[in-house]
Amino acid sequence: MTTSTSLIYLIALPLAGAAILLLAGRRADKWGHLLGTAMSAGSFAVGLYQLSLMLDRPTEERAVGQKLFTWISVGSFNVDAGLLLDQLSICFVLLITGVGTLIHIYSISYMSHDENRRRFFAYLNLFIASMLLLVLGDSYLNLYVGWEGVGLASYLLIGFWNQKPAYATASKKAFVMNRIGDMGLSFAIMIAFASFGSVSFSGVEEASHHASEAALTAIGIMLLIAAAGKSAQFPLQAWLGDAMAGPTPVSALIHAATMVTAGVYLIVRSNFIFDAAPIAQLLVVIVGAITLIFGAIVGTAKDDIKKALAASTMSQIGYMILGAGLGPAGYAYAIMHLLTHGFFKAGMFLGAGSVMHGMNDEVNMRRYGALRKFMPITFITFGLGYLAIIGVPPFAGFYSKDLIIETAFNAGGFKGILLGSTALFGAAITAFYMTRVMVLTFTSPKRWEEDQHPHESPILMWIPMAILAIGSVTTGFLFTRGDALKNWLKPVFGDHGGHSEEHLFEPIVVSAMAVTAVLIGVGIALAKYQFSEVDAEAPQNVSIFTRIARKDLMQDSVNESLFMRPGQALTRLLVKTDENVVDGAVRLVGRTAVGAGSELRKTQTGFARSYAALILIGAIALIAGIWVVTQ
Amino acid sequence: MLEIQTPEAVMFWVLAPLSVIAALGMLLVKKAVHSALLLAWIMVTLAIFYIAQDAVFLGIVQIVVYTGAVMMLFLFILMLVGVDASDSLTETISGLRPIAITAAIGFGGIFVSLIGRATLGHSAYGLKAANANGNVEGLAYKLFSDYVFPFEVISALLITAALGAMVLAHHQRSVARPTQREQSIARFRTGTIGAAAGLPSPGVFARHNAVDVPALLPDGTPAPTSISATLKARGDMLESKSFELGEVDNTVTEEK
Amino acid sequence: MNPYNYLYVAALLFTIGAVGVVVRRNAIVVFMCVELMLNAANLTLVTFARINGTLEGQVVAFFTMVVAACEVVVGLAIIVAIYRSRRSASVDDASLLKR
Repeated sequence: MTTSTSLIYLIALPLAGAAILLLAGRRADKWGHLLGTAMSAGSFAVGLYQLSLMLDRPTEERAVGQKLFTWISVGSFNVDAGLLLDQLSICFVLLITGVGTLIHIYSISYMSHDENRRRFFAYLNLFIASMLLLVLGDSYLNLYVGWEGVGLASYLLIGFWNQKPAYATASKKAFVMNRIGDMGLSFAIMIAFASFGSVSFSGVEEASHHASEAALTAIGIMLLIAAAGKSAQFPLQAWLGDAMAGPTPVSALIHAATMVTAGVYLIVRSNFIFDAAPIAQLLVVIVGAITLIFGAIVGTAKDDIKKALAASTMSQIGYMILGAGLGPAGYAYAIMHLLTHGFFKAGMFLGAGSVMHGMNDEVNMRRYGALRKFMPITFITFGLGYLAIIGVPPFAGFYSKDLIIETAFNAGGFKGILLGSTALFGAAITAFYMTRVMVLTFTSPKRWEEDQHPHESPILMWIPMAILAIGSVTTGFLFTRGDALKNWLKPVFGDHGGHSEEHLFEPIVVSAMAVTAVLIGVGIALAKYQFSEVDAEAPQNVSIFTRIARKDLMQDSVNESLFMRPGQALTRLLVKTDENVVDGAVRLVGRTAVGAGSELRKTQTGFARSYAALILIGAIALIAGIWVVTQ
Repeated sequence: MLEIQTPEAVMFWVLAPLSVIAALGMLLVKKAVHSALLLAWIMVTLAIFYIAQDAVFLGIVQIVVYTGAVMMLFLFILMLVGVDASDSLTETISGLRPIAITAAIGFGGIFVSLIGRATLGHSAYGLKAANANGNVEGLAYKLFSDYVFPFEVISALLITAALGAMVLAHHQRSVARPTQREQSIARFRTGTIGAAAGLPSPGVFARHNAVDVPALLPDGTPAPTSISATLKARGDMLESKSFELGEVDNTVTEEK
Repeated sequence: MNPYNYLYVAALLFTIGAVGVVVRRNAIVVFMCVELMLNAANLTLVTFARINGTLEGQVVAFFTMVVAACEVVVGLAIIVAIYRSRRSASVDDASLLKR
């Protein structure tokens, strides 16, 4: 593999930006945001440069690496801190730095009233650096460093306004649930090292050809847990809704486009493991399918615009995980959906931020309405993203989602039909709730008070939104034209998809079914919200289903009763044990010593005669000893 | 080789049980004076044993020093401290008597059986050869050649002991001795003029010249200072009345 | 007769003296029991001198006697001093070291 010496700059630039901004302190308040944006843009430039170099090279030599230093060298365990840039990584690099830079630009204006803006940019840069390290690492351990880094950045950014206890709690919740996923990744690395002796991607891939299926399945399940934690998939999905406590650019960058997609990256990067462990792969599709329905149902009941979009993210990533679990046929489509989703979801989040900015930080969609007239640019960019996500051709989402549904059907047998139908149903619900968001916010009659003055956002905010909207429109077409993306990624996933798969339905049939599902969803939403009266306050006498959906399908209650309360009980038990057993043992030692002392004290009678008696007894003991010894 | 003659055996078997009985008696009698006397008897017995075992010098020294000096010293101190302080034989410290009895039996038993088992590896030699020049000469020879240093040290010890006794018995005055003048003033300042006159000299009110007959004061009560505390404690004080002069015949008869 | 018989006597006298120290309350009687123990030891020494055929035992017994005499002198002086200040010759009364 050829070595490229400029890979390090991808990470070094934002990392340096973060360091400077954090260390410089208040002095950097005037220019901090500009430095942060510049670093991010610089990283994007290096990424483009690397892409150009990569395109020039023949296919076999496209992957490049750079070894930074020997990190761990203990006995047979050797891990180098190294970077690997191949066709898969470059997609992510460009997505992260590109969308990241746009969001940096957006934040200059969005956070202009915040006195901690410099710190915000420092954390954003830190995030970019960690995410890049995650996708560029050449071993699971290097990936883990980036994995932890993005978890940290997410925690810092969700709780950015930590003056509000609720926000600080939300960031803790996100971090703790991430941690559970991280345990999965740790175990996977440990099992990999124990079974194969190596943790680098190339080493594990090499070993996976002759490894036992049990070891591979174990690693696969652990990786799935890790992915579920980071990507907010079932059962570790409860933190994503609360993570919307962070500023909107954070939600756009981290919880829409990039960090939550790290799980998909992990699974796709470990394709050699999942291809050889069918049980793990089956679990992957099950998780993906469950989550996409879960997120969709939750999204229908949310009145908070950001929480609705968060539920949508959860659902879309469910699609990606579903695609990644469908084997070599699905990996490329999962990545495609990931990239397109990055564009339109980030665009929609920025749009939501723009709406909130204009509506005085109001997030309840029931208080919106008829904003189309007041925020036209936002309406258009948001609308394009909306069309993309529900899968209207020829926008981006149509291509990527469609291909996943098709691959699902093609998985064969009952499993294929079930997965495909689930994906279709999910598409219908997606259409429903996204239309609901659209209608409640922009096109329905106004429901806000006179003290609101909605206005369009400043230019630094709508330019990134516009660019992302263009991406929402065009990328789908570009990626599928002549199977461009699929062929681009073929060297990474192996050449399994070469033989022709059986098609359950013809692709055109699948597209028709998808569009039909979308239309049904849109129709129902329009009927319910556009053409009927919508209350400014959420109605209370709703069906039990709506109530459950409003409570995120009782996810917090489930987590509490299954884990939190037993955990608290266990903690209390341990505290009691510590107090009574451990401390009790210590106190027992003390009491014993005191008791023994009190008893012994009784020999000090003060009478000389008792002392004389003791001496006599001692003398007897001595003589008795002699008597015994000389027997 | 040592051959013990019959006279010595007879003497032993008579005196040894006696000395053990005397020791037990010393332990068990109530009055301390009796204990002292019993101990004196034991020491004399021991002296006889020494002489019987060819330790002539030591036997005489035992009588002179131990029985003569040490036991007399004991008796003097008993007199000072209190002949009357008879020990009650009831035990105040709980559990001590059983322990002591058990200890006695155990100690004695083990001791005796140990001695019974022990062997010296050679038979008794006797002091014939060592006493060839006489016991005193032999002792003197040993004392002033091999053991001269301990001898000197013991001499120093004796002197130190004498000094120690003097120091301990010394009674330092904490207040100055009242002068004649002070005593006189104090006498006149106390109570009545009668008290200032002082007590009559001894014998003024005596009824008898025996120490166990108290003197009677003018009002007929016995004078407290004439009652010996020791005798009183012993219950040996007599009634003065029995020594009263009966009807005195005051008639004067012509001298023929 | 066995010359070792004297040792038995000495052992018995020693035991009785030891028990006397523990049992009697009058300080002077206790002292006398101590003297008895010393005498028993002296008897042992003299007996062994005779058995071993040397005069060492008698020399040591002699020293023991001297030391015992000194001890008696000083000890009795102490008892007198204590009696003078406390008016009691009982060993049990000096129990200030009680717990």
